[in-house]
Amino acid sequence: MSASLTLVILMAVMYAAGVYIMLERSLTRVLIGFLLVGNATNLLIFIMSGRPGSSPIVTGTSLDETMVDPIPQVLMLTAIVINFGITALLLALIYRSWWLARLGDEGDTVTDEHESETEESAEETFRSTSDDEDALQASLDESESHDSDTLASLDSPAPRTHREGDGR
Amino acid sequence: MNILVPLIVMIPLLGAAIALVLGRRRRLQVLVSLVSLAAVVAISAVLLGMVDATGPAVVQIGGWQPPWGIVLVVDRLSAMMVLISALMLLGVLLFAVGQGIADGDSDAPVSIFHPTYLVLGAGLFNAFIAGDLFNMYVGFEMLLSASYVLLTLGGTGARIRVGITYIVVSLVSSIMFLAAIALIYGATGTVTLALLAERIPALPGDVQLILGLLLLLAFSIKAAVFPLSFWLPDSYPTAPAPVTAVFAGLLTKVGVYAILRTQTLLFPDSPLQIPLLIVAGLTLVIGILGALAQADIKRMLSFTLVSHIGYLILGIAIGTPLAIAATIYYVVHHITVQTTLFLTAGLIERTGGTTSLSRLGGLLKSAPLVAGIFFLGALNLGGIPPFSGFLGKLALFQAGVASGGVLIYILIAAGALTSLLTLYALARAWNMAFWRPTKQLIDYSSAMSASLQEDPQDEGEVLTKKLSPLMIGATSAMLLLSLSLTVFAGPIFDYTARAAADIQNPSTYIDAVFPNGTP
Repeated sequence: MSASLTLVILMAVMYAAGVYIMLERSLTRVLIGFLLVGNATNLLIFIMSGRPGSSPIVTGTSLDETMVDPIPQVLMLTAIVINFGITALLLALIYRSWWLARLGDEGDTVTDEHESETEESAEETFRSTSDDEDALQASLDESESHDSDTLASLDSPAPRTHREGDGR
Repeated sequence: MNILVPLIVMIPLLGAAIALVLGRRRRLQVLVSLVSLAAVVAISAVLLGMVDATGPAVVQIGGWQPPWGIVLVVDRLSAMMVLISALMLLGVLLFAVGQGIADGDSDAPVSIFHPTYLVLGAGLFNAFIAGDLFNMYVGFEMLLSASYVLLTLGGTGARIRVGITYIVVSLVSSIMFLAAIALIYGATGTVTLALLAERIPALPGDVQLILGLLLLLAFSIKAAVFPLSFWLPDSYPTAPAPVTAVFAGLLTKVGVYAILRTQTLLFPDSPLQIPLLIVAGLTLVIGILGALAQADIKRMLSFTLVSHIGYLILGIAIGTPLAIAATIYYVVHHITVQTTLFLTAGLIERTGGTTSLSRLGGLLKSAPLVAGIFFLGALNLGGIPPFSGFLGKLALFQAGVASGGVLIYILIAAGALTSLLTLYALARAWNMAFWRPTKQLIDYSSAMSASLQEDPQDEGEVLTKKLSPLMIGATSAMLLLSLSLTVFAGPIFDYTARAAADIQNPSTYIDAVFPNGTP
């Protein structure tokens, strides 16, 4: 079996750097270390396919002798997908632990600034903003009939109603 | 009838998809999960009978011939493992339904519990029936990803903290497994187990040793063998009770299964017997010494779990047909009894409000049924005759004596000592939590409690919740199952002896996968 020396060196460097970074305390660095080590392993699988060659697609009936071994690439593809899923999960966990570290146990009980609003008062707010919009629209129509040249400058979005969530 | 083989994996996966869609309709979701697992139990029981009568069942996925395609192989060992884990998953699911983990426990958001649980099951079954190393890796990853989610259910601070340790340790083990697969492919040009069984023994001895050691290390982390077991007692007890029970019963045993499969099929002449024996002894003794110091029942059980993995490694290290048969019997016994005990710990937590021995008392009076279940489970785990724990250990020790050697005699002594210390730890838990009257709780001092250490994460609150009949029913059913291992020990042991003979003689496995000879 022959293998590319460049790939072997690259793999070794990625393993070394990945293991080193994984040993840090910060979770983000652990994640980066995991990505490096995981991809170094993918390279290892790739190196196991031996010499480079033509793509392993069978055309016609005869087997092409210069074809590369396709199986490591299949294994690698599966491993990449699995790593991707795990990375997504880890990112979610890191975000969650950052959230908890920043806010402590109160992280889940941040007060809702709209808590005191009842359904009616919210309804009231919405009605008043829609009244505002109607008034604005009326004045826009008015100015439009007076001066159609300024139409472009008035073509701004309707005022947004601000309603902030609880930060999540 | 071979069509049944892929169904073992497909039914739970389909069930998971349907359960996810039905996230808002709890009852239907529960029904889907229960039906899927019950179907797997039925299928694996049929398969077990079929495989025992006519030899291994082999399915080539998509009709692709091995070694290019993926094969699924169910032999006697796989069938046994699938059946017992499906039964456990079903029992624990019933418990979880009873606990109302699925109806608004604030610790567990639930629309994802059932789908994740089913994916865990699918991964587990896939790892057991995989006919090639890479498919086994995929099975491991499925069950591990599901376990990451189950362990961090609800995302409370404690669960995130232990979850990250657990995940990072598991990732390291997965990467080692993958690297081992890459190297094995490089050395032999295949990942199909049946073909590897022929090609690996043809490799030079030192290459075999490196490959075997790398696989062994990866699986030992999963199986929590002693120096690599540090992560387990911290992470398992934090999860909700049913999740802990499944993890304790099944997740470590997949690692043991993988060690058993690869060591017997791929590395039959491995020179690792003596290191394995030493590691087994250390696992036994150090694990149980850890259990003695714990005041928290769940942590104590986690340490006994680590300790009893030592018996299994001991059986694999001895490696004679009798030892392997005893190991398989012990795996089955240990899965059932450990799951039952963890569920019982969940019952104790709800009825007594805590799992700390220093604050529990008078449970015999307030919850006599829970007391009975715990008592029988404890005797079984501690290895009191005539229970299956005793029979399994006896068979292991007999195999050891028949095999001979000073180291093995030392190991048998360590095993007997571990058994007694397990009994001590469990009897103390019984004495303090059940036997001791509630009024003695204040200013209690005794030699028994002098060395106990509280769980560092224990906040000292006492919050009792009601037990539902379904929880007690599920736990009692699992206890009855573990007792039936004693009653039917004869037929079961005959079966495991046949399974051991199968895996000791790799040609059975190879001929089943390659009926026309290996390429």
